[in-house]
Amino acid sequence: MSKVSSTTLRDSLSVSLTVGAYGVAFGAAAVANGFTVLQSCLLSSLTFSGASQFAVIGVVGAGGSAISGIATASLLGVRNALYGVIMAPTLKVSRMTRIIAAQITIDESTAVALGQEVRGIKAMRRGFWYTGIGVFVFWNMFTLAGALGAQAMGDVRAFGLDSAVPAAFLGLVWPRLTGKFERILAICCAIFAIVMTPILPAGLPIIATAFIAIAVGLKR
Amino acid sequence: MSAQSMNTMWIATIGTSVIAFALKYSGHSVPERWLSHPKIQKINALIPIALLSALVAIQSFSEKSKLIIDQRILGLSVAIITLFLKAPFPVVVLSAAVSSAAVYRWV
Repeated sequence: MSKVSSTTLRDSLSVSLTVGAYGVAFGAAAVANGFTVLQSCLLSSLTFSGASQFAVIGVVGAGGSAISGIATASLLGVRNALYGVIMAPTLKVSRMTRIIAAQITIDESTAVALGQEVRGIKAMRRGFWYTGIGVFVFWNMFTLAGALGAQAMGDVRAFGLDSAVPAAFLGLVWPRLTGKFERILAICCAIFAIVMTPILPAGLPIIATAFIAIAVGLKR
Repeated sequence: MSAQSMNTMWIATIGTSVIAFALKYSGHSVPERWLSHPKIQKINALIPIALLSALVAIQSFSEKSKLIIDQRILGLSVAIITLFLKAPFPVVVLSAAVSSAAVYRWV
């Protein structure tokens, strides 16, 4: 294996395992909120978007209607559409493959792919597929484990996973902060997201920063 | 166990899944020529910086819709230090996890 692809594989595996292990918490939480093991696993394989999944079980488990659960989850899923727009020109897939590519278009696969940009378009594609499939496999395995064992290893904080995920995202954005302009944009978006978190529904502060990027990009 | 009927759970499960896939697929189906303009390319380069930075911030300092400071701030600090030291990706992630877990368990 060439140096480039082994680096990409390493990045992908790190993210896949770290993020996938969170599936334990989701499986346990879903069962605790009244979903069956089968429904928990279906959410992980069919919805396959962590934030949306946590949102729907949280809302419905707290007594919310199916519609409000679906609406909250879908609001969080909007950013995956944005990721699709970003990834499509890089992936250039056929109609059939697009179905699979779409299903694994999530935060992590997009982030790792974009993190490979300096290594070229082939590395970006590999990063997307390795990470998307890797997270899918681990996320579903760990969801089943969590749902069955219900909270056997529920507290992910005791294993530092709650810090590993933001650290992974930081590691991915870091190489892109090439100039003063990029660094200022990053800090502004981070501050904006924090300030908006108590005000806007979960997920919206993240989506909103995309519009900051659009506004800044148009002006520049 | 919540008082929700099994139907509610099934509608929520299937409804969320269908819309989630529709959103993902629609993103992939936007014509490429929409993205060939230089301004769009520029914006495309900036959007991930914005989204990733927001994700770092939110996953470090929030729980649901509340802002909190906990062991994750140490994990984030360690990650920043290791990145300044040009450590490879797995080292960044692992050292953040280990330091955060240590604080969570023993402090």
